[in-house]
Amino acid sequence: MKLRPDLAIIADAVPSTARVLDVGCGDGELMAALRDKGVDARGLEIDPDNVTAAIARGQSVVQGDANRDLADYPDDAFDYAILSQTLQTTERPDKVVDELLRIAPRAFVSFPNFAHWRVRLALLWGGRMPVTRSIPIAWYETPNIHHVTVSDFRDLVRAKGIKVERVWHLSGDRPTSDAAASWRAEHAIFLISR
Amino acid sequence: MASLLHDIRHHSVTIAAPLPLDSGQVLPSVTIAYQSYGALNADRSNAVLICHALTGDQYVASDHPATGKPGWWARMVGPGKPIDTDRFHVICANVLGSCMGTSGPATPDAATGAPLGMAFPVITITDMVRAQAMLLDHLGIARLHAVVGGSMGGMQTLAWAAFYPERLASALVIASAARHSAQNIAFHEVGRQAIMADPDWRDGQYYGSARAPTKGLAVARMAAHITYLSEEGLTEKFGRRLQARDIKSFGFDADFQVESYLRHQGLAFTDRFDANAYLYITRAMDYFDLAEPHDGRLAGAFAGAKDVRFTLVSFDTDWLYPTSESRRIVQALQSVGAAASFVELSAPFGHDSFLLDVPALDRLVAGSLRAGLA
Repeated sequence: MKLRPDLAIIADAVPSTARVLDVGCGDGELMAALRDKGVDARGLEIDPDNVTAAIARGQSVVQGDANRDLADYPDDAFDYAILSQTLQTTERPDKVVDELLRIAPRAFVSFPNFAHWRVRLALLWGGRMPVTRSIPIAWYETPNIHHVTVSDFRDLVRAKGIKVERVWHLSGDRPTSDAAASWRAEHAIFLISR
Repeated sequence: MASLLHDIRHHSVTIAAPLPLDSGQVLPSVTIAYQSYGALNADRSNAVLICHALTGDQYVASDHPATGKPGWWARMVGPGKPIDTDRFHVICANVLGSCMGTSGPATPDAATGAPLGMAFPVITITDMVRAQAMLLDHLGIARLHAVVGGSMGGMQTLAWAAFYPERLASALVIASAARHSAQNIAFHEVGRQAIMADPDWRDGQYYGSARAPTKGLAVARMAAHITYLSEEGLTEKFGRRLQARDIKSFGFDADFQVESYLRHQGLAFTDRFDANAYLYITRAMDYFDLAEPHDGRLAGAFAGAKDVRFTLVSFDTDWLYPTSESRRIVQALQSVGAAASFVELSAPFGHDSFLLDVPALDRLVAGSLRAGLA
């Protein structure tokens, strides 16, 4: 089974000795890849069917809500926290980022870029909230309540004094250059640290 | 009935070593009745201990010797089942204080030969676990692949992790709590008072007489049984339907189906359970609070358990041991860095869901037992 490209990048970048919390881990797809390379991976997931599936696969997953339940983890409980494709669904993304970097010194945060050219065109010419490959659900039923762009996220971490260690930009399955990322990246993956 | 119950012969072992109790008293020796299923492997690493609930017993996957009914978790334990006896050596022991062959209030006094009755010391969940540890020592099993339990069985499982963390690789705790709430204690007190108010109870000295406090025990069971079900489940099963009649009797017969059902449950229970054992075990549950010795900090109880893999399951309709109690345990485990899994399953049956047909529970149990197997 092939990992989603953003998950494959994260799985590759996490050192095999790390302790990791995957926030919004779904049915444990990334955790399975991490565990295969020896990582001590644990998960937090809101959907009980996903949690059941992940536990049935032998993984350690707690049913919980990233908006509230990250507070239950002690400081520095992990080496890495991972928040993939979930930031834009949280009630307060800024506070979630604070929590990620409280429970781990480093965090991977990935999200769909709302400044991708298709999104811009949909708004500019269509005058409607975009429905694209990376943002596939109509405005009234999307879980994405805080759309964010690559530039927005850079501004947020800069304002918080958070370091950006590495960034990957993806267009479909392929990496795209940092220079044109604001327009051309469908997804961004940030590795940030305190 | 009590005399019939106590005439059943159980597979048991008597360990002639003292068992120190939380109360400060000591049992000079202890008899533990147990059942086992599946083969113990050569390196003795595939043992799974199942801890039973308040009115459960060691007949987890075999027919009950008093009622002839299938084991209380036969759907979960057996060849190819989620707790797979082709793979695991499953042990289930009757808890200390109970009435299915393990030392309890019906045990004869060593000096007089008469049943101890209320002279049996008050025991705790931890005492039950201590007795189980003695059994495992006797069986030569140093370390368990897993301890599994629902309800009071979950309490024992948590006590195992708290007091013998080096003796288990994983703990599976279903529909349980790390303490008894005021509401839990209150319901138990109703049951105990029903038993002690029965004139046939006679301060617990009814063994060997023709009359046992079956009325009191039946009422205790009726009250408790309501707490094991959800309102939704009761409504769905019975509604306001009348029992074998078309109109209300304007009397105090069991007009409603739910009354008839509860009366049956209460009465049937007295065929397979002893009133004094009910007093002792409910007391043990009420005294249970793992955080108490740690100034109320539950994490303190699990300080040594960070290498145990925990799986906790609650049910959305269980108001007796609600999800919040499982979450509290998960928080404590996370704060000590233990690998903990938790999920609240949706099931209509209230607290009893852990005994009933909930397919997601089967998958969870199988998965959590497989994890950590090489």
